[in-house]
Amino acid sequence: MDNKTEVREYHYTAKDFASDQDVRWCPGCGDYSILAQVQRSFPEIINKPKENIVWVSGIGCSSRFPYYMNTYGFHGIHGRATAIATGVKIANPELDVWVATGDGDLLSIGGNHFIHTCRKNVDIKIVLFNNRIYGLTKGQYSPTSFKGQVTKTTPFGSVDYPFNPPKLALGAEATFIARSIDKFAKHLQEMIKRAGLHKGTAFLEVFQNCNIFNDGAFDLLTDKDTKDDNVIELKHGEPLIFGKNKDKGIRLEGFNPVVVDLTSGHYSVNDLWVHDEFDPSPARASIIMSFDEREGFPTPIGVFRQIIKETCDEGITRQINEVKAKKGEGSLEKVLYSGNLWEVK
Amino acid sequence: MEQEKDKELLELKEVTIRFAGDSGDGMQLTGTQFSDNTAWVGNDLNTLPDYPAEIRAPAGTIYGVSGFQLHFSSDDIYTPGDQPDVLVAMNPAALKKNLPELKPGGIVIVNSDSFDQRNLSLANYQSNPLEDGSLAGYQVFQVPITSMTQRALEGIKLTPKEISRTKNFFALGLMYWLFNRPLDTTLNWIHQKFAKKPEYIEANEKALKAGYDFGDNTEIFTSRYSVKPAKLEPGVYRNISGNEATALGFLTASVKSGLPLFLGSYPITPASEILQYLSELKSFGVKTFQAEDEIAGITTAIGAAFAGNLAITNTSGPGLSLKSEAIGLAVMTELPIVIIDVQRGGPSTGLPTKTEQADLLQAVFGRNGEAPVCVLAAKTPSHCFDMALEASRIAIKYMTPVILLTDGYIANGSEPWRLPKIDELPEIPVNFVKEKDGYFPYARNEYLARPWAIPGTPNLEHRIGGLEKSNIYGNVSYDPENHHEMVTLRRKKIMNIQNDIPDLEVEGDKDSELLVVGWGGTYGAIKEAVTKAREKGYKIAQIHFCYLYPFPKNTKDILKSYKKILVPEINLGQLAYMIRSEFLVDVIQYNLVRGLPLRVSGILDKIIEVAGGNNGQ
Repeated sequence: MDNKTEVREYHYTAKDFASDQDVRWCPGCGDYSILAQVQRSFPEIINKPKENIVWVSGIGCSSRFPYYMNTYGFHGIHGRATAIATGVKIANPELDVWVATGDGDLLSIGGNHFIHTCRKNVDIKIVLFNNRIYGLTKGQYSPTSFKGQVTKTTPFGSVDYPFNPPKLALGAEATFIARSIDKFAKHLQEMIKRAGLHKGTAFLEVFQNCNIFNDGAFDLLTDKDTKDDNVIELKHGEPLIFGKNKDKGIRLEGFNPVVVDLTSGHYSVNDLWVHDEFDPSPARASIIMSFDEREGFPTPIGVFRQIIKETCDEGITRQINEVKAKKGEGSLEKVLYSGNLWEVK
Repeated sequence: MEQEKDKELLELKEVTIRFAGDSGDGMQLTGTQFSDNTAWVGNDLNTLPDYPAEIRAPAGTIYGVSGFQLHFSSDDIYTPGDQPDVLVAMNPAALKKNLPELKPGGIVIVNSDSFDQRNLSLANYQSNPLEDGSLAGYQVFQVPITSMTQRALEGIKLTPKEISRTKNFFALGLMYWLFNRPLDTTLNWIHQKFAKKPEYIEANEKALKAGYDFGDNTEIFTSRYSVKPAKLEPGVYRNISGNEATALGFLTASVKSGLPLFLGSYPITPASEILQYLSELKSFGVKTFQAEDEIAGITTAIGAAFAGNLAITNTSGPGLSLKSEAIGLAVMTELPIVIIDVQRGGPSTGLPTKTEQADLLQAVFGRNGEAPVCVLAAKTPSHCFDMALEASRIAIKYMTPVILLTDGYIANGSEPWRLPKIDELPEIPVNFVKEKDGYFPYARNEYLARPWAIPGTPNLEHRIGGLEKSNIYGNVSYDPENHHEMVTLRRKKIMNIQNDIPDLEVEGDKDSELLVVGWGGTYGAIKEAVTKAREKGYKIAQIHFCYLYPFPKNTKDILKSYKKILVPEINLGQLAYMIRSEFLVDVIQYNLVRGLPLRVSGILDKIIEVAGGNNGQ
């Protein structure tokens, strides 16, 4: 989704978005990369006065994010970031509202607000910093920790199944769903821009390494020796190909995705599943989202799905305009002095 | 025939009527129709709806009985009346449940058609009270309401069920006849309500008129009654419930402040009507957001306040508990929001449809940390309008959350409201900061309020949140001295509101020994009890709190100048607790927590007991 036709009136640099506060995440934390990629990509997508940007967060390491952005910012309470952001957006639809949140904040204590934000298609951009652990409280398991994961509160391994966040967003009808990884700077920038340009609830999951309490959680996906065989980058209109030598592909056979070997002579690129971001049916996106739950499948990153429908604030504004067109601007006199009136002289 | 129509017309000063029937019988509608009519003919009135939490409890059972009581008079009145003079009972269960409260010798009008074996046994009657003499102490009128309604509606193309549903209007018509009323208000209502359903108009109109004509033609009734208009202050009036007045108050605050109104809300009895009323008002640009839960109700409001709206959230007790943490966030971020708590019976789910005053301490203290907020309470249905305006004014001026307490009784109850002249209502000034010079997020003005700089304002980008902030600059601060200073400042800011609210006014005999002290929705009952005690020759003074935190400035002086202080409350002594701890003044408590408004007679008995048996001399 390039932006070539739009005339750019505002020219910002990454520096314009950096606040004067010292960044205080642990050295080596994946959050630094997310902050850097946001600041780098904003100049390309923010084509309005930067005072119209608001970052909202909840509680957790990720939720310190707004302090480091030189925009309006609101550091909320645990789990409520999407609800606070919803209030900001509805109160002033001119604002670009972004949410920085973590796996505990968004999916555990804030799960209810998250799904309803998606359902209502509130026009906010949610960046989920998913490190599969509670960092700020020092190492308890989170709703995205794996079954069997050993943490401070699961010394014998977690018995819980994790959420698959994109699937949750899809089930809740989010209109833009994407995933990236903290260490893939270019890809992450691209996803931030895509999310920022979407009108409606944009959900971007970022795999983020917590080098203190869950170090290496995504090594398989980021180490140069293993990443190509374990990550597939989704691109609209292109076949699903992965592997060090681009030698593996994914076919869809009925409801079943199948990994095929492109070197065996049985299959060519033409036999592969071609990704369609704008597929009106959520079925295929759901199958892609489940790749990493399947043995032998790569973890997908990129845009899973994007659809366009009326947003929450658009609906509210439309109704107000319709009622005003029909009944005229409200008159306090008329509303107060209505019903069965009588006069005492 | 003509002769028989000449019924005696008796003039009464005041009457209390209770309509009672199955929760599907339309008693609330009948009651509100009679109330609007009563207001329109110029009586002073006060109402008390009393309905079960179940929407349609099994028909005919006692726990499914829904009631509506109204008290009207040619004189000033303040309560819905302790005991009804007239009971309209649509079935045996309604009779059984409500008879014990009827005045001795009172009028009972029953739908005799419903007194069959099945309904009698559902109401746990061993024998038919219409036949066994158990109603001997009352004037009983047996009216076959169901069959008369059916006969009146013969030929109308409606199902038997739909026809049966209009029987409440037959009863209403009969009551209009009995109290010598015009039918206009209800006829107008029928035509508006069913504009697109002519058969409903015909049916309801016929049922209403049939009830009226029945009174005229039957020989059962020998007299009818009339109550002269009350001498109310000159002005234009309408009848209003507390919830509607609350909604209109915030709408008016929005107009007077020039701020768009945002309501974040989750439906909860008995507060939902506020959300319903405001969601109608889109032509004012009012934004109502029905959230996924109570917490989202308030946190969306906090977001909207950050963005520069007049932001409010409404709820009842359990919802206030859920909002506690977020109220703390609004205290910390010093943003103006109003939280309306329409109190109901607690704890937990408690008595959702009943009234209580037991959220006072929760409102004043119920948050983690030192988290002072301003707490206000409305004293009557129409007073909710004034306090909604006042809550908005204080929230904006002091950049603070304000909790407005109403209760199920004044929220659903109604009274005549003398409409304010809109031009005479004061503006609510709003000062958004625009200039970068000297701007700091936590710098303070003379009221200790921090500046309101809203997103969209160039060069004022700043970050706020729930972490402690450094004074003036607003950066996150863990400095011990700063924390102490900020805790102190936040409290001082709230206490400053004392300088900006009216002093308490002593009503009654200022030089008495006994002071009766109330707050919120018990005003009417206390006022009436004090008036009655004074009529009996007792010297009694009364004050009533509408500002609970901070208290008005002259509170201490007043409390210290009376020998005895009586505090009636619908809780176990929450205001009493605050008075004792704040002013080191002891009080005598009168507490009844029945889910119902306090009765005048109960307060009066207590006043006499406390004042001393011989007129307090």
